[in-house]
Amino acid sequence: MEDISTIEGLARTTSEIATSADTIWVLLTAALVFFMQAGFAYVEAGFTRAKNTTNILMKNLIDFSFGSLGFFVLGFGLMFGTDLFGFIGTPNLLFSKGWEGSIPAEAFLIFQTVFAATAATIVSGAMAERTHFAAYVIFSIVISMIIYPVSGHWIWGGGWLSQLSTPFHDFAGSTAVHSVGGWIGLAGTFLLGPRLGKFNGKTNAIPGHNLAYGALGVFILWFGWFGFNPGSQLAAAGTSNTKAIAHIFVTTNLAAAAGTVGALVTAWIKFGKPSLSLTLNGSLAGLVAITAGCDAVSPSGAIIIGLLAGILLVFSVTLIENTLKIDDPVGASSVHGICGAFGTLMVGLFSTSTGLFYGHGIESFLSQLYGVVAVAAWALGAGFLLFLTLKHTIGLRVDKRVEEEGLDIYEHGEAAYN
Amino acid sequence: MKKIEAIIRKTRFEEVKKALHEADIDFLSYWDVRGVGKAKQGRIYRGVVYDTSIIERTMISFVVRDINVEKAVNAILQSARTGEIGDGRIFISPVEQSYRIRTGESGDESLYIKE
Repeated sequence: MEDISTIEGLARTTSEIATSADTIWVLLTAALVFFMQAGFAYVEAGFTRAKNTTNILMKNLIDFSFGSLGFFVLGFGLMFGTDLFGFIGTPNLLFSKGWEGSIPAEAFLIFQTVFAATAATIVSGAMAERTHFAAYVIFSIVISMIIYPVSGHWIWGGGWLSQLSTPFHDFAGSTAVHSVGGWIGLAGTFLLGPRLGKFNGKTNAIPGHNLAYGALGVFILWFGWFGFNPGSQLAAAGTSNTKAIAHIFVTTNLAAAAGTVGALVTAWIKFGKPSLSLTLNGSLAGLVAITAGCDAVSPSGAIIIGLLAGILLVFSVTLIENTLKIDDPVGASSVHGICGAFGTLMVGLFSTSTGLFYGHGIESFLSQLYGVVAVAAWALGAGFLLFLTLKHTIGLRVDKRVEEEGLDIYEHGEAAYN
Repeated sequence: MKKIEAIIRKTRFEEVKKALHEADIDFLSYWDVRGVGKAKQGRIYRGVVYDTSIIERTMISFVVRDINVEKAVNAILQSARTGEIGDGRIFISPVEQSYRIRTGESGDESLYIKE
C-alpha cells in the first residue's frame, strides 16, 4: 500500500480502491452474464421436444465455447480496436495489443466476451430442432467473430452510430446484443423453413417437452440480467456509480415485471387462458426492451416500456407464426429482435435526459431509429448471406428422417433421456 | 381362469386397489394409458389454440380363478364408480393356461390364493 500520510499517497490509494471496486463489480457481473447461458439452454430445451434435447444443450455449450475463442482471436479487435472509417475497429489479433481504460484490460475483455456469446446463443433457439450441427458450429463462430463485433463497433466501439450529433444510445445492448441475435435468427429461420408438421394448411402447436425447464430458464435469465444491465455501468466506485447501478437494478426489474404482466393479460384476453409459455416470453420481452435505456429512463418509464414490450410480444409471436408462417420454436425473433428494437426506440421517447416525452425534441428518437434500422439491415443481411452460403455448401438442414426421429440420436448418437 | 382388465379413472386407483385387496385380490398389474374419445379439451401453446381428445386413465389387469371373478368385478364396480360419464370399463376374457415360473405349477394352482 501507498504511504497515506501524504496527500499524493492518499489520492493514489483512493484511486486504487476505486479501481478495485470497479473491477470486482465488472468481474462479478460478467459471471452473472455467463450464467445466462444456462438460462438460454433451459428455455430452449424446455420449449422444444425431448428428442432434440441433447442437440440444443450441445449448441448452447459450444456457441459459448467457440464464441469465447472467436471473440478473443478476432472479434474483440473488430469491436473495440481503433476506429476505421466508423465501420470497424482495427483487428487486435489474440488481444495482443490489449485495451486501455479505467479497469484492467482483461476485466473488460471477459465482460465483453460473455456479451458476444449471448448474441450467438440467441440464434440457436430460433433455429432449433432442424439445423445441421456442423453448420451451427460454423455460423456461431462467424457471428461472434465478425457479425456481432462489427455492429457492436458502430454502437460501443467508437463507430458511426456513436458519432452521430445525438449519439445512438444502447446502454447494455437491446440492439447491440439482443436484436442482432434475434435478426440473425429470423434470417436463419426463414431460410431453414418450418419444422415438419408445423404448417399444413393451418398452424399447428408443437408443444415443448418441459415447461418446468422453460420456467427455470427464464428465472435464471432474469437473475443474470442483474449482471447484464447493472454491469454495463462498468464501474461501481463513488456515489454517482452506486446510484446508477442501483437505479439500473430497479428499472431492469420493473420492466421485467411489467413485461410479464403485459404478456399475461394480453394472452389471457386474446386466447381465453393465462398461458405460461407466452407469459415466460413476456418476462424476457420486458428485460430485452429495458436493456437499451435502463440507465436513462425513470422507474415509471421502465414500467411503461416493459408493459408495452410484453403486449407487443404476444402480437409479434402470433404475427411471425400465424401470418408470416415463420417457425421460431422459442420466439427468439420476437423476444430479442422485435422487443429489442422496440426498447431501443423507446429510449428516444422516455430518456429523462434526451427523450421526446421529457421535452428534448425528436433528435434522440431519430438517432435511435437510424441505429435500429441500420443494425437490423446489417444483421439480417449478413445473416442471410451466411446462411445462404452454408445452405449451398455443407447444407443447413438435417434430412427428413433425422428430423422426424430426433437430432439427438442421428446427429449426436446420444439421447438426453434414457 | 379369467383375465380381468379394467380401465378406470386415475383418481380412483387407490380405492380400487383397496377394494380388490379386501376381496383377497392382492396381485395386479397396472399402467397409465391414454385414449381417444369424444371429450375435447381446448389447449393453447404459445398462442396456437388447438384441441386434444386425449383422455388419461389407468388400466389394471389380473388373472383369477373362475370362482373369484364375481367378487373381483363387484369390488371394481363399487370402488371405481363416481356416476359421471367416463368411469371406465371392465373386460373379462378366458385364459387358456398359466404357469408359475419358480415351481412349474400350472392352471389354478399357479394362481395366488389367500390361505
